[in-house]
Parts: sequence; structure tokens; C-alpha cells
Amino acid sequence: MTTTEKPMTLKSLTHKNDNLSGGHRMCSGCGAPTIVRQVLLACDEPVVIANATGCLEVSTCLFPYTAWKVPWMHSAFENAAATASGIETMYRSLRKQGKLKKEMKFIAFGGDGGTYDIGFQALSGAMERGHQLLYICYDNGAYMNTGIQRSSATPFGADTTTQPVGSAVQGKTQRRKDLTRIMAAHNVAYAAQASPHNWKDLMTKVKKALATNGPAYMGVVAPCNRGWRTQTNDSIVLSRLAVDTCYWPLYEVEAGKWTINYDPKERKKPIVEWLKPQGRFKHLFAPGNEGMLEKFQKLVDDDWESLHKMASAFGAK
Amino acid sequence: MKQMKWNELPHAGTVLKAGNANEYKTGSWRTYKPRWIEENCIQCLFCWIYCPDSAVTTKDEKMNGFDYDHCKGCGVCAMECPGKKGNKAIVMEEEGK
Repeated sequence: MTTTEKPMTLKSLTHKNDNLSGGHRMCSGCGAPTIVRQVLLACDEPVVIANATGCLEVSTCLFPYTAWKVPWMHSAFENAAATASGIETMYRSLRKQGKLKKEMKFIAFGGDGGTYDIGFQALSGAMERGHQLLYICYDNGAYMNTGIQRSSATPFGADTTTQPVGSAVQGKTQRRKDLTRIMAAHNVAYAAQASPHNWKDLMTKVKKALATNGPAYMGVVAPCNRGWRTQTNDSIVLSRLAVDTCYWPLYEVEAGKWTINYDPKERKKPIVEWLKPQGRFKHLFAPGNEGMLEKFQKLVDDDWESLHKMASAFGAK
Repeated sequence: MKQMKWNELPHAGTVLKAGNANEYKTGSWRTYKPRWIEENCIQCLFCWIYCPDSAVTTKDEKMNGFDYDHCKGCGVCAMECPGKKGNKAIVMEEEGK
């Protein structure tokens, strides 16, 4: 494949194999399979995938059927990163022994539950050991597969089944964990945030991450119409709004160098534009909850400002 | 899709046929069906890159229709379609009408 030299266009990409087949049982309008298709289209070498338990795993591989056209492995909820580490180590050993000549790449997929919470220890370990693998978290902000339970990626104020809106609390009382920064703090070779609406940015990041000589992490926002309580046709609209409101800034950290890939500047939209279409934030618009909306906006603004500080302190000189 | 007997199942939880989920048709999930209006199509291919079900088909670098066996009718393609002069090249229509 020579797609890396030529500018990446959708026309040229149509010549590549679509390595996720139709017939998987992800919900209609789910954001995750769009992300997977884009990631697989960005790969030029053969890839091996490890998958944490989650929507993506249960719905793409219903034994004895699989939607994947690349080698794929699932073992448990908490260990996608450990599984990928093992596969990558075996690959290096076989190369050393001269039993394998091919250049191969390794990717682990996990949802936010399998990444931020349950698989966090395995992920942190894999990043610290420096395996040459790319971990991609498709972040829909709750345990959507098991019925919308809160995770540490759930945004402030969101209604979930384990922190529901009632008379005592109005959704999640804590803010979400910023995992991309935690991964950057592991001093990994590459850490980035991407969104499926900007396919070019996402695919360029996958190519960069796979080309680095070390561990890489990518967090990708994945709209979930069941859990976010939205329409089936707005997953791309909502991922675009997440970026335009700076809830999900597109940035990358390459060997300690911070770059903001997209800055909406004066076109930065107020967070309510992203919150309003989502049923999980409906209560924030009820009388008496104005303070929560203000708090949400402040959290986003503070993070955005802090990201700018990082980019100016540790950016390209 | 042919149901397998117990002694036909692959051993140890392995699936040996890549992408065989394709044999499972998810088209029956649909309530709304996308219709392509070729004269409004500018071949931007956004429908193809955003489709979660790999159900937008292409030939010679051009979008040429839908795989209705697998399209779940989510409507993302119609939503993202820029169309020509404000006229969408993909519209969603209720099934069975």
C-alpha cells in the first residue's frame, strides 16, 4: 500500500478492504463501529486486535460468527491491554527466532468501562512496560452494554442507572476522569484524542501512533444513542458538537510535545448545545439546576484553558 | 444463515471464517430506509466513511448504493449528506410504504 505517501482521500480509501463486515449487532446508529472501520482503514500493515469485554466485543463476535476480517482476540473485561502485550511479546520473540518475517501492528480496543475502570491497571502496566501497541478507547461515557451504569468516564450531571436523577441527586455528582492526560503522564510515545466526525484527523493519528516506536493511546468519543438518549442518526453530529464545544478537544502528545489539532477559537460553542439534544442531561435544563449548567461550562472552560497552557508550555517551539 | 450442529462448531471458542457475520442479515431491523437520489450526489463519500454497518457500497471510487441486507436504517448517512444546492442525495423513507 502506498497510501501513506499520497494525501489520504476518501476516494483512495475505497480501494482498501473494509475489515469490519456488516451483520454485526451493534445498535443502529452506534458510533463505535464507525470508529473501528476508520481505524482499520488507516492500517497499512497486517494488524492483530485484542478486545476488552464491552458492546463492541459482544456485538461483533457472536460465536460462531465474527464481523472482523483481521485476527482478533477477546479474553476478559480487564485485560485487553495485557492480552495485546502478550501477543506483541510473542511476535517479538518469533521475529528474534527468525520464524516470522512480516511487519505487524497491534491494537487493543476497549470501551470506557474496560479502559478507565476495569482495565485500567492492565493498561497502565502495558504502557509502562513499553509494548509496541496502540490502545484505543471508544468512550461513550458509561457501561452501555450492561445497561448504562456510571463509569469514571461519565460526564458530570449525566443520568445513569446507578446514579439516577431523583430528589437527592441530579445525576452524576463527580466530574469525569481525564484518561488521555493520565496516559500522557505515563510518558508514552503517543497519546491523542480523536473524534469520528473528523475521519482524517482520526486516521492520521492512528497512522502516527502505529509508526511510533513504543506504546500509544487514543481516546475517541463514541456517541451512544441508547445511553445518551438521542436519535439514531446524530452520532456524527454529536461527536462534532463535542469537539466544537471543547468538551472533547482534539489534541495529541507526541513524545512530550503537546499539540492542539483543532481550535475552534471564537467559534467555540457553549456546552449547552451539546447537552441539549441528549436526554441524559434533560434534568439540567429544569428550573433550579442552572447552577449545574454553569458548573459544567466551567469544568469545560477550565480544562480547555489548562490544555492551552500545556500546549504553549510543552508545544512545538 | 445456516444453523450449525454441535459437532460442526469450531473448537475452543475460535471462529475460523473471517467476517462471517456478513451471513447474518440485519436489514430487518430497519424502520426507515435510505434512498439514494443520484442527481443530487456530489460523491463526497461521507455516507461511506460514516456508515456504522459497512452498508454503503462503492465501485470505482464512487458511492453506488446501499447494502440493504445489512443497513439498519439509522439515518447517519442522510444526516451527514451535504447534497447539491440544498437538496439531499440521501433521504430516509418509512419501510413498507
